[in-house]
Amino acid sequence: MPLSPIFHARLPPAATASDEASISGAKLIDAFLPASAAGIFELLSPVAPGWGGTLLVGLLHSIEIAIGATCLGLLIGTGGAFGKLYGGPVTRDLLAVYTTVVRAVPELVLILLLYYAGTDLINQLLTAMGYQRIDISGLAAGIFVLGVVQGAYSTEVIRGAILSIPQGQIEAARAYGMPPLLMLRRITVPAMLPFAIPGLANLWLIATKDTALLAVVGFFELTLATRQAAGVTKAYLLFFVAAGALYLALTLFSNLIIGRVEAWSRRGMPSVKEAR
Amino acid sequence: MSAEATAINLAARASLWLKPHRIVLILIALALVFCAAFFMRWDWLPQYWEMGLLGIWRALWILVVTCALGFLLAVPLGLAQAGGPFWFAVPAKVFCTIIRGTPLLLQLWLLYYGLGSLFPQYPWIRESWMWTYLRQAWPYGVVALTLSFAGYEGEVMRGAFAGVPNGQLEAARAFGMSRFKIFRRIWLPQAFYRALPTLTGETVLQLKSTPLVATISVIDIFAVSSKVRQDTYLTYEPLLLLALIYMTITGILVLIFSRIEARIPVKIG
Repeated sequence: MPLSPIFHARLPPAATASDEASISGAKLIDAFLPASAAGIFELLSPVAPGWGGTLLVGLLHSIEIAIGATCLGLLIGTGGAFGKLYGGPVTRDLLAVYTTVVRAVPELVLILLLYYAGTDLINQLLTAMGYQRIDISGLAAGIFVLGVVQGAYSTEVIRGAILSIPQGQIEAARAYGMPPLLMLRRITVPAMLPFAIPGLANLWLIATKDTALLAVVGFFELTLATRQAAGVTKAYLLFFVAAGALYLALTLFSNLIIGRVEAWSRRGMPSVKEAR
Repeated sequence: MSAEATAINLAARASLWLKPHRIVLILIALALVFCAAFFMRWDWLPQYWEMGLLGIWRALWILVVTCALGFLLAVPLGLAQAGGPFWFAVPAKVFCTIIRGTPLLLQLWLLYYGLGSLFPQYPWIRESWMWTYLRQAWPYGVVALTLSFAGYEGEVMRGAFAGVPNGQLEAARAFGMSRFKIFRRIWLPQAFYRALPTLTGETVLQLKSTPLVATISVIDIFAVSSKVRQDTYLTYEPLLLLALIYMTITGILVLIFSRIEARIPVKIG
């Protein structure tokens, strides 16, 4: 992952445009939208002269990272929640420090810190064991960094969900002599899902949007792809609006799926309206 | 309760909290801080601390202004969705969905690069008084963060307005209050009390969004730390200090909000 602090190389939008300010009319429309509808399609077309393909590749990278980060976050979150609920005093306090620190520090700062610390640590381990230093791929680094951030939030979500399972169900499972893993699979997870899914779905939506932050450290995802396309063609508004539409479509599509999953996880329970 | 009793109470709570393993953990943490202070390089601090203070001040200023303006925008947004006619409710809903469905970084860059490249082409804008502001970066940052806060908080306020029991409003109407007075005296305060716990979280989230303005060349505390990293080639020291600063600000914010929450009557609804 090339780490270019791109915000120092600010593209001056005013400088280039103001020189030609006297030519209004057509120029004006050019900046807002390319002169005609055909122009829009040319710019956004997925094949070479257009930039649509670049945007779609960026979107794909964003989705890959979001999925990876959410999965890693779920793993950390499940472990963290069980540690917080059933772990020893030291585990509990350390986990409390983890969730508090991650939730109090901006994601941007955490991304930088974890990226440097993570790659440093891995390379030092490798050199200590006598291997060559390696370049860590941007995808792996992005997934790791966002996964650690997501883990802190999902720890809290899953912990809350486990706590809202009626205690009697878990006691009954213990009384039947279920081993812990079977109890987790048969009782705890199915019973906590209806409580956990709204929070976890929210985390997924946050993850898709947090991938945009990786643009700041130079990872090629949708927001950075958009910036490059806009920088080259100078059609800033067009490309940023197009990227916004892609993110929005991802969110709305996710909402659709989430609705289904939520309904499935609540099967057999009274509907929300009846429960009130 | 007398001051003495409070002190005893506090001491009891402290002794309950300070278990042996916690003392060990605290000692380890202190040792880590000690190591960080002595084995890492901090000689750049005297040169940059003034710039850093200015950066903190800018970040806080942006936080306060955007939260205040955003909340003012969120009230009509929530109201429109909770009780407005559909030609108010639908645009408000669309606005909230768009803001909450796209990354803040993208919104920021859309405003800064997109609108920023549009304005200079109109000669009358460049000749007007607005140009002094429009050519700078911070107004775009403030507008983007305000709109984002309004979008998220508008959704919260919708729930809060809808959650005020109907009986309260009916009682107010029975007393012959005018519609505006009902809003000012009954509906808004109760909705605000309901929204307050989420308001704490939203404000902390907003604080965590402020470093994004550094990407459009506003020199806040995050930009200062990037500058230190570029000038001194240090990686960890500026970032660790930055994380500590944000944690401190978050702690202070949470404390302030818990004070405000404690003043609010518990029994509502």
